[in-house]
Amino acid sequence: MSQVDTHSQHDHHDHGPEKGLKRWLFTTNHKDIGTMYLIFSLVMFMTGGAMAMVIRAELFQPGLQLVEPGFFNQMTTMHALIMVFGAVMPATVGLANWMIPIMIGAPDMALPRMNNWSFWILPFAFTMLLLTLVMPGGGPAGGWTMYPPLIQQTGIALPFLIFAIHMMGISSIMGAINIVVTIMNMRAPGMTLLKMPLFVWTWLITAYLLIAVMPILAGGVTMLLTDQYFGTTFFNAAGGGDPVMFQHIFWFFGHPEVYIMILPAFGIISEIIPTFSRKPLFGYESMVYATASIAFLSFIVWAHHMFTVGMPIAGQLFFMFSTMMIAVPTGVKVFNWVSTMWRGAMTFETPMLFSLAFVFLFTIGGFSGLMLAIAPVDFQYHDTYFVVAHFHYVLVPGAVFGIMAGVYYWLPKWTGNMYDERLGKLHFWLSTIFVNVLFFPQHFLGLAGMPRRIPDYATQFADFNMVSSIGGFGFGLSQLLFIYVIVKCARGDVKATDKVWDEPRGLEWTLSSPPPYHSFNVAPEIK
Amino acid sequence: MSRTILNRLHSAALALLASAFAPAALADWALNMPVGVTEISKEVYGLHMLILGICVAIAIVVFGVMIVSIFLHRKSRGVEPAQFYHSTKAEIIWTVIPIFILIAMAVPAAEGLIRIEDTRNADMTVKITGYQWRWRYDYLDHDIGFYSTLDRESNQARRLNSGTDPYSVENYLLEVDHPLVVPVGAKVRLLLTAADVLHAWWVPDLAVKKDAIPGYINEAWFKADVPGIYRGQCAELCGRDHGFMPVVVHVLERDEYDAWLVEQTADKVATPENVAATRKL
Ligand SMILES: [Cu+2]
Repeated sequence: MSQVDTHSQHDHHDHGPEKGLKRWLFTTNHKDIGTMYLIFSLVMFMTGGAMAMVIRAELFQPGLQLVEPGFFNQMTTMHALIMVFGAVMPATVGLANWMIPIMIGAPDMALPRMNNWSFWILPFAFTMLLLTLVMPGGGPAGGWTMYPPLIQQTGIALPFLIFAIHMMGISSIMGAINIVVTIMNMRAPGMTLLKMPLFVWTWLITAYLLIAVMPILAGGVTMLLTDQYFGTTFFNAAGGGDPVMFQHIFWFFGHPEVYIMILPAFGIISEIIPTFSRKPLFGYESMVYATASIAFLSFIVWAHHMFTVGMPIAGQLFFMFSTMMIAVPTGVKVFNWVSTMWRGAMTFETPMLFSLAFVFLFTIGGFSGLMLAIAPVDFQYHDTYFVVAHFHYVLVPGAVFGIMAGVYYWLPKWTGNMYDERLGKLHFWLSTIFVNVLFFPQHFLGLAGMPRRIPDYATQFADFNMVSSIGGFGFGLSQLLFIYVIVKCARGDVKATDKVWDEPRGLEWTLSSPPPYHSFNVAPEIK
Repeated sequence: MSRTILNRLHSAALALLASAFAPAALADWALNMPVGVTEISKEVYGLHMLILGICVAIAIVVFGVMIVSIFLHRKSRGVEPAQFYHSTKAEIIWTVIPIFILIAMAVPAAEGLIRIEDTRNADMTVKITGYQWRWRYDYLDHDIGFYSTLDRESNQARRLNSGTDPYSVENYLLEVDHPLVVPVGAKVRLLLTAADVLHAWWVPDLAVKKDAIPGYINEAWFKADVPGIYRGQCAELCGRDHGFMPVVVHVLERDEYDAWLVEQTADKVATPENVAATRKL
């Protein structure tokens, strides 16, 4: 990489940010927008987390002590919606905003005004969604999967829920288009597709998934809306409709959605492990092909979420086999990460610790996913806490740990200050221990027969529920430390170097820490 | 309350310790799926253990390599990092071997699935209808039909701050007023539907979980080999009291079942509720 001169053009492009609120309201700068996405996602993470605390507090012991069952269902529903659409997705979009232009040697995102709009839709969408909790009849309580006919029993919250989902969808689609256009058009000369960092690759594929499936979700929920208010009977059997059709539509969106949440985390991990192993990523090209295969397969496995709806046996066999096949490219990824570490010279800074935990714990979630793919056994697992354990393993020590690893990895670059390594490690160990205390016993609960989405349970489930709740409170409290570390770093005075780490690879480390307001005004030279 | 939170915490901690040494001795700390009492449930359990075993074996290899690497290949030991980044041979091996492992899982899984879906030659048929929040059982070969609702004691204890300790209620949340009654050794075909929203009828020991969907009639079956009482719950979110519509199945010896049938038919004339129920058939 030759020297990068970011201050040679003294024209109107070389201005700093506006002052005060205007900077954030009207910004078209990818870093400012990325920061806002990340802060928004952290706020949502704590909001959804507070709801999880209500859930775990009620489940601390048998009997109902704190909330009515109806409110409990609102909590499970809102917790999921907020964590999926408000915490995980905006966090990965925030990382994309910050890092993709820098990683491909571009000055900014391709469509900066749309970028501003994609972000600013979100606070309104989520304010509206959260306000449903105080509406007559309460918030949506039919689960984030919104299956009819139950969801049609929602009170006046239903149209607000659906409109909020439409807004989130618009935001996601615009964000995704922006990312595709940026990657396709703004790469520095010499940055061929197969030279792009893996984080850029996984986000490119994620963006296509988003563009493909968000409109399907929008269509599905719009049909719910017209069923409710305009007399259609898409999902009403009494009117010739089909309640199961909604499940097919929802999961045709929902399964790719799972990969929308995890693929960017794959990319982050693939950046971090080589840095701290001091060794190039093993099997770069097969990583790209594996990601693409996973994305393709994610479109043809959706009905494994619905093995118990009574599909024809041919359908069950097809979805069982296609789902099992996902294990192959996922295995390739795990083997490649392990091979990257093999014979490296590893150090264990916080981002690496989170990445290692990711590989261990995401893989455990992958194993339970493989078990769930086996249709005859899934009849026992389906809709139990085994499923809850499975998807929380892939989403919390999976996607969320991936995001946290990325935050620790790039935080010194963003702020120009080093975070407190000792506190970062403490945050890591607390999170990792408590996340396992929280979710591992849920495997046992599910196998022993505890259904999911229940506010109270038979006494034989009491012991593991108490353990799980203790883990939940511990994990929740540990995240306050995360916020403290970030704030301390942003205000901190220990300056980070431009390279930050020992031997990092990638263009972001050629810029100053923090990088100039416009990342690359002159395209860097790619070797 | 007979057991305070502190008490429970204390016993939880003790049990956690104990379970590390003797998991089988403590039913409350159940770690695994029940084997169940039907041929299918045993086959499902076997499949579950097979897949779990394969996963554990793969985990030992992969995590083992990772742990060895974390201990040996660390900078603090003064190692020089290798610079290899590619091996076509290795990559082909770890693509192909998993495919064979998956095929080895898929074959017994497909066979089991085909057996589960074979509802032919049933000895009797029961229609199950899910309601918010109870079940209805209609014996299609007889004039018998009744609702099955959470028992009164559980229903009282489960109210918010009811003052009743769940531990004082026998089979808390897993008891009904009228259980489904079937004879041992009979192939019972179930026809499932729902009257309002989705429900799912699930009894782990019988390895049956099937959605009850308005407008649909789903089929399932079981053949219990051992008389006894088997308990389960609604497994598909169905609204406020989703957690409070258990499933209880009494599997009786043949002669006991016949006696129960006679009793039901006699009963039917006696109570208006049953007359109304019969009319619905
Ligand atoms: Cu139900």
